[in-house]
Amino acid sequence: MSSSKTASARRLFLAKLGQSAAMAATGGLLWGFMVEQQVHAAHNVIRPPGAEDADGFYAKCIKCGQCVRDCPYDTLRLAPAGMRIPIGTPYFVPREIPCYMCPDIPCKAACPTGALNPKLTKIDDARMGLAVIDMEHCLSWQGLRCEVCYRECPIQGKAIIVKNYPRKLSKHGMFVPVVQAEYCTGCGVCEKACPTEKAAIRVVQPELVEGKIGEHYRLGWKDPGRLTEEFKPYAPPSQRQEGPSGLDYLNREDEL
Amino acid sequence: MSTLESGNGGVRLGPNGRPVRPFVMPKRFTGKLWVWRYTILRRITEIGVLLLFFGTVHWGWTLFGQRILVGNLSASTLLDTVPLADPFATLQILFTGHVLQPEVLLGAAIVLVFYALLGGRVWCAWVCPVALVTDLSSWLRRRFGISPGVSISRSVRYWALGVALVLSTLTGVAAFEWVSPISMFHRELLFGAGLGWMAVAGIFVFDLFVVRDGWCGHLCPLGAFYGVVGEVALLRIRFDAPTCTHCGECAKVCPEPHVLNLKKAAEAGMIRSGECTNCGRCVVVCPEDTLSFDLRFLIRKHNLQSSSAALADSSSTVQAANQGTSS
Repeated sequence: MSSSKTASARRLFLAKLGQSAAMAATGGLLWGFMVEQQVHAAHNVIRPPGAEDADGFYAKCIKCGQCVRDCPYDTLRLAPAGMRIPIGTPYFVPREIPCYMCPDIPCKAACPTGALNPKLTKIDDARMGLAVIDMEHCLSWQGLRCEVCYRECPIQGKAIIVKNYPRKLSKHGMFVPVVQAEYCTGCGVCEKACPTEKAAIRVVQPELVEGKIGEHYRLGWKDPGRLTEEFKPYAPPSQRQEGPSGLDYLNREDEL
Repeated sequence: MSTLESGNGGVRLGPNGRPVRPFVMPKRFTGKLWVWRYTILRRITEIGVLLLFFGTVHWGWTLFGQRILVGNLSASTLLDTVPLADPFATLQILFTGHVLQPEVLLGAAIVLVFYALLGGRVWCAWVCPVALVTDLSSWLRRRFGISPGVSISRSVRYWALGVALVLSTLTGVAAFEWVSPISMFHRELLFGAGLGWMAVAGIFVFDLFVVRDGWCGHLCPLGAFYGVVGEVALLRIRFDAPTCTHCGECAKVCPEPHVLNLKKAAEAGMIRSGECTNCGRCVVVCPEDTLSFDLRFLIRKHNLQSSSAALADSSSTVQAANQGTSS
């Protein structure tokens, strides 16, 4: 009697435990889904300097806002809920207030967790984003002498350069700004300064616009060593030590 | 509740042989203030902490030339020197497998020690801004006699705590921090409002109509975390067993009434459960002054003294009280 009682009690306990575990799993899956949605809420959020590695940044950021408080230009904000910006994390809108690239990087200094990379010591090494130019609405590309972005750029003459561009049916060339990704920190001063109604130069996350050439393209004029190291100069068939190549095979005399 | 009927005029007697008296709210305002003393203090600390954050950044509050409190309840810096951090948030980040700066680890340790001394869930009753909302819904519940509603297990919060840590590992981000209504609430009060109020309103409605003390008492993984911390807490509610008449006034006001297990309390001489928030509600309503704030080691010392006294006196009232609760 009592053993069947304990057996049924055990069954009940196991059933309860199973139910609890199933409820935890259900809740956990929904919860995990919400978290994933939040973290990947937006692809083009411009983050403070030192937050280049998005995964590491979103993992380590404790959402305390001390970077926001120590930003002397009130550039940084902490994302409230429901903004399509990862919740509670710092971001900035360059067109409103850009990053003025303080040499002592106070936002990074304020970060208690290291979400803003403590190894970033020179602000010029920051990569908050990359400026891109909309040629169709850029005044310079229409032939006007604007170049405001070029003049405002904190890394002047490096991150944005002005190039001469010939123009049809006119002896006057155009002077157009060109962004050099190698130097651009994504501070957004150019976007803030752009005089068009909507900025024709904008900071975006580099991965949204940056392509990749691929390993198999060998640009000999940029990288001559790589091109020639596997290159074998022409030798007559009699002097070749390896078997015939495909081309040689097609041209073999006995096949003709 | 074991109370003994006595012959003389239907006066109920407690297991200690004393008449059971109900809690009576004093008529005079000063008497009322004395009953509300811990509630008033809790409101002062809850709002005061937020005000320190707010005043420091918006009104430039300083002390000794240092900014008083910068950041929010997730992490902050006190007087521009002392780091503070939410130990549960820090633990979640550690579960993502990332290496953290010593500053946040030190901050989390300081906060952890603070709550280990004052009672883990002192956070819940005295600091957490969501308590303002959930206390309002529980007050409205009592005021309008709203039925208890759905009953769920209080252990759900420990599952939530476990799931938060597992999810932090799986998703690679601190799982509770990305959905926490608590963080949303204080962040949006201090850094500008968004839709976080919707989550807080959700908790309010849930507590008001669905589950009594639903969020703080059943679901919140942060409360569960501090409940675990509270198991070793120094500051506890002392339970002076011989004076208790089992009137039950304490359990009526307690947001975690299961911690007021009078038998266990009589054995330990205190409310030992880490789930006790040290809110002091029971202390002020107890008509016999059985309950009071005290330190764990002082309580233990007191217990030793009273048990030796009980050994000397075989008709100990402590034993009578214990028998009364067990029946």
